[in-house]
Amino acid sequence: MRLSRRSTNLLRLAVGIGLAFIYIPLIVLAIYAFNASNTTAWPPPGLTLDWFPKAIEEEFAREAFVTSIKAGTIATAIALVLGTLASLAVARHRFFGRETISFLVILPIALPGIVTGVAFNNTFTQVLGIDLTLFTVIVGHATFCIVVVYNNVIARLRRVSASFEEASADLGAHTWQTFRFVTLPSMRTALAAGGLLAFALSFDEIIVTNFTIGPGEETLPIWIFRNLFRSQQLPIVNAVAVIVVLLSIIPVYLAHRLTREEGGAAGGRGAGRGDRAGKAEGGGVETEATAIP
Amino acid sequence: MADLTKHYGEVVAVAGIDLEIRQGEFFTMLGPSGSGKTTTLRMIAGFEDPSSGTVELAGRNVGGIPPYDRAVNTVFQDYALFPHMTVSENVAYGLRVAGVAKGERARRGEEALEMVRLPGYGDRKPAELSGGQRQRVALARAIVNRPKVLLLDEPLGALDLKLREQMQAELKSIQGEVGITFVYVTHDQDEALTMSDRIAVFNEGVIEQVSSPFKLYEEPATEFVAGFVGVSNVLERDGARFTIRPEKIQLVENGAAPDGVHTERGRIAEIAYVGMVTRYTVSLDAGGKVELIRQNTESAAEDVGSMRGKEVVVGWRPEHAVAVRDGTTNEEGSP
Repeated sequence: MRLSRRSTNLLRLAVGIGLAFIYIPLIVLAIYAFNASNTTAWPPPGLTLDWFPKAIEEEFAREAFVTSIKAGTIATAIALVLGTLASLAVARHRFFGRETISFLVILPIALPGIVTGVAFNNTFTQVLGIDLTLFTVIVGHATFCIVVVYNNVIARLRRVSASFEEASADLGAHTWQTFRFVTLPSMRTALAAGGLLAFALSFDEIIVTNFTIGPGEETLPIWIFRNLFRSQQLPIVNAVAVIVVLLSIIPVYLAHRLTREEGGAAGGRGAGRGDRAGKAEGGGVETEATAIP
Repeated sequence: MADLTKHYGEVVAVAGIDLEIRQGEFFTMLGPSGSGKTTTLRMIAGFEDPSSGTVELAGRNVGGIPPYDRAVNTVFQDYALFPHMTVSENVAYGLRVAGVAKGERARRGEEALEMVRLPGYGDRKPAELSGGQRQRVALARAIVNRPKVLLLDEPLGALDLKLREQMQAELKSIQGEVGITFVYVTHDQDEALTMSDRIAVFNEGVIEQVSSPFKLYEEPATEFVAGFVGVSNVLERDGARFTIRPEKIQLVENGAAPDGVHTERGRIAEIAYVGMVTRYTVSLDAGGKVELIRQNTESAAEDVGSMRGKEVVVGWRPEHAVAVRDGTTNEEGSP
């Protein structure tokens, strides 16, 4: 499509404004991390690197970081297994209620975190009578991590012709051999991308976490939130936030590259859950494309 | 195959097929899309379960036996070469899952590649091959297991005309070399006539005729076959319906027909010059239309346009008029 000069410029402007909205606050945050004063005044009176060593030495932040890594890793592992199995069932088999299942699997990403959080809290503490621990956080996170894996894998399976699997069976491969030699290799990058995005989603989750975490435990987002309003901690929080942003870039960048190389669909990493609601409607074919960059 | 049917909900894809395919023959299932030929092929391979009826392979009922336990291999329309494997890994896949040792796998894989005239291509990826080469790899992968029956689902459909003609000849000669029964699905009647020992013509889930290419063309049993394999040219005279192949109809000059030729008057409705031949469509006074072709041996009708509407006499030998049944359907429309 050829655009007129004016339309091209308008588009450029729109992209520029969009990017500015997203990245200016992040840049402000990054600048504050180097703020020499521990009060937030603009512009910062001077710059310093002092907050970074202090952030790294901060014991509770480090513990919270490890907790977040644990929660993210285990929730992602659960999501990889269950999400893959669900997508295989929906993409490769015809059964009663298939579309409904597909819709129900995707739904959690559209539900407000606070609803999911309250629901889990009630179920764990009132109905099941179990204490809130890291385990309950992981279960809460797994609900939306599954969606990301499911979406990535099902998009891949729909694109990869079922005739590869038929060809494999035709050539004498049993079900398990077909899965190992043909299906799994063709899903590999979709699994990696889905897993990385699931991890990123879990790593920054705060709402569901807040309702499912036990006393005395903190994930990194919870730590940041609790320290945000202590003025002497604020510069350290800023420095931690910058470190988290830098670390978050890695999985998202990798996932982006993996899916682009294979032309697959990236799953959702959504800041606003409202976005996700729009994508999850209907539960039909389009729902696989919950690609929220 | 005995009384084989397949329904998808309300839709009947295959409506009762009885067919016996002989060992070592090149058998073609010919028909338009949606006629049930591919569904039948998939039931032989085991990808679809028949709604009713049986499939037997070398005398053994294979109902309920999964594809991986049938001595049948398939060349898919889209080839379905595994993109993450090299050519030799693709070709040797059947041997690998059967637990054949590595050395023998490599040897037999290379043998199969030689048979399809692609020796030395083993280390490439399918994406690096041309369409014709991929087709050969798919064939090598399917024959490496030495199946009893090889199923080919429109394997040449994605190739251009030149390559398709070349591959037709090669497929036929490879079949002669390996002696495997080929069951070939196509909608291309020329392909079917060129390659097959026998042809089954499918239409709307049933078989209209099974016979040799020669008989199929010379003596079509139904109007559908007459129209699908060639030009329908169906006429009705005194309550009898028959068809005549266009090259068997002559344009009679000066009203002087040779002995024993049945003649009728008509008027040229359409005329088309197509290089080697000129094709005429003649509306007959007694009703109906026939198409006939004339070789441009002496001279081409240079000004074909001026011949339109001209009164002519056409003639054919009565033995070339072949009686046809109405068939299950009559899409071509009788003249």
